[in-house]
Amino acid sequence: MKLTGENIIEVENLVKRFGSFTAVDNISFQVKKGEVFGFLGANGAGKTTAIKMLIGLWSPTSGKANVAGFDLFTEANQIRKNIGYMAQRFSLYEDLTVIENIQFYGGIYGLRKNILKERAEELISELGMESFRKELIKNIPLGWKQKLALSVAMIHKPKIVFLDEPTSGVDPITRRQFWDLIYNAAEKGTTVFITTHYMDESEYCDRVSIMVDGRIEALDTPAQLKKQFNAESMDEVFLRLARPTESISK
Amino acid sequence: MNERVIATNITKSFRSTKALDAVSFSVNEGELFGFIGPDGAGKSTLFRILTTVMNADSGDALVDGFHLKDEIAIRSRVGYMPGKFSLYPDLSVQENLEFFAKVFGTTVNENYSIIKEIYVQLEPFKDRRAGKLSGGMKQKLALCCALIHKPRVLFLDEPTTGVDPVSRREFWEMLGRLKQSGLTILVSTPYMDEASRCDRVALIQKGKILDIDPPGVITKKFPLHVIAVKSDNMQKLRKDILKVEYAESVYGFGEYLHITMKKENSSTEKIESLLKQQGHQHTEVKLIEAGIEDCFMHLMEHNKN
Repeated sequence: MKLTGENIIEVENLVKRFGSFTAVDNISFQVKKGEVFGFLGANGAGKTTAIKMLIGLWSPTSGKANVAGFDLFTEANQIRKNIGYMAQRFSLYEDLTVIENIQFYGGIYGLRKNILKERAEELISELGMESFRKELIKNIPLGWKQKLALSVAMIHKPKIVFLDEPTSGVDPITRRQFWDLIYNAAEKGTTVFITTHYMDESEYCDRVSIMVDGRIEALDTPAQLKKQFNAESMDEVFLRLARPTESISK
Repeated sequence: MNERVIATNITKSFRSTKALDAVSFSVNEGELFGFIGPDGAGKSTLFRILTTVMNADSGDALVDGFHLKDEIAIRSRVGYMPGKFSLYPDLSVQENLEFFAKVFGTTVNENYSIIKEIYVQLEPFKDRRAGKLSGGMKQKLALCCALIHKPRVLFLDEPTTGVDPVSRREFWEMLGRLKQSGLTILVSTPYMDEASRCDRVALIQKGKILDIDPPGVITKKFPLHVIAVKSDNMQKLRKDILKVEYAESVYGFGEYLHITMKKENSSTEKIESLLKQQGHQHTEVKLIEAGIEDCFMHLMEHNKN
């Protein structure tokens, strides 16, 4: 991965409050173009809220952010056109065929007909899914769905793709193949912003941030984080941050 | 040995897909038994059949001594926590619990000792609507509701899916304590690392059981050597290692690559000299014991057809 040093996401003192509850508490960080950025945290730490702000779905309470070159407060529409998003449970239509899903999402992302046609063919052949093209999504194996969902999230060639627990529940071989696709995307310059509960996957990220109670408590390369927390594994780093009292008593 | 669940050739198809293909196993009294496998392996279907929520196409099981057709007898003897949150979101924590107790003809007081340890954490929120609880709290309430009629066999379908590693660990510690009380527990999970928490596990994939044994026995049976390798350039390392013709498989495992090779070909020196030759720095090459995930992938590849 070649990182140019150019920031594609810049977040400064971002806050999101719901009534008296502060879900995201003054976070600041930058993500570089082409980086695979792991966004970790315990359940309820505020990851999903932060992502929903970054993709322009929820407006922040305060702070500053620039995503893919656009201001989060004034240009959220532009942000949505320049990013891709794949939710936890992928969002393909089970009763549409592979090619119909591609066409549907391409249309939503505003691709013109001739470009879409070209892109769809390109995508199917890259994935090696020729034999599935007219198959309903519900009839294709889970691993394929997962890969297709990622490609569909990137059909408009976004600058950043946000992946929210994309490998949850996937078999170990498919999980690794999925990471090959992530690396391919990153090598082509797409920035990957990913959440996961598999700590081995955090090792595949260039840098990792860990959120605790709405704040980013640590942010560095996996190697540096292990050094900083004097930990053997990322699992241990995570445990120390998420349950500080427990690891002290250990 | 006292067997609490004996399943024989359970088969179930949905249209053309075989969700379960002649699945047989048995679970002993007081055992914590894990079904480890990805989404779509058939875990939920199996649990639905064993709790009589769904009928098998063929095959049968004895659950606490009763055949699957004895639905009423089985239902009062099992506790079942489905993968999806299935409590009443508009009832309070306490109302949900009382409801489940009543359905099974008991009271919360009568069996309070079973759920006490878990319920004390919920007590401060007992008047809150279940739908308004956090994920972790919902899970604890669902577990209490599955336990309140004092079942003899507990079925937990993917209780830790989507749960962060620290909360997962706490959940398993809780299961360990429940097991101490003599309860028989069947639990399913897609997380391979959770296998070590079980007395025995069944590795399951595409409706078939690949292997059943204590996790330590499964890993001991692994027929190949596993060598863990890392260097300062993992991308290049991967490409270089893929050229090693005596490698059976090469997979990423966190900061390491795991190379499997036949025992007779296995040599850490050979790999070390290859890495040196390719200019890798800060290398580490070591023979390690296979983990459940190594075993699962190996079995997957050898059961493709």
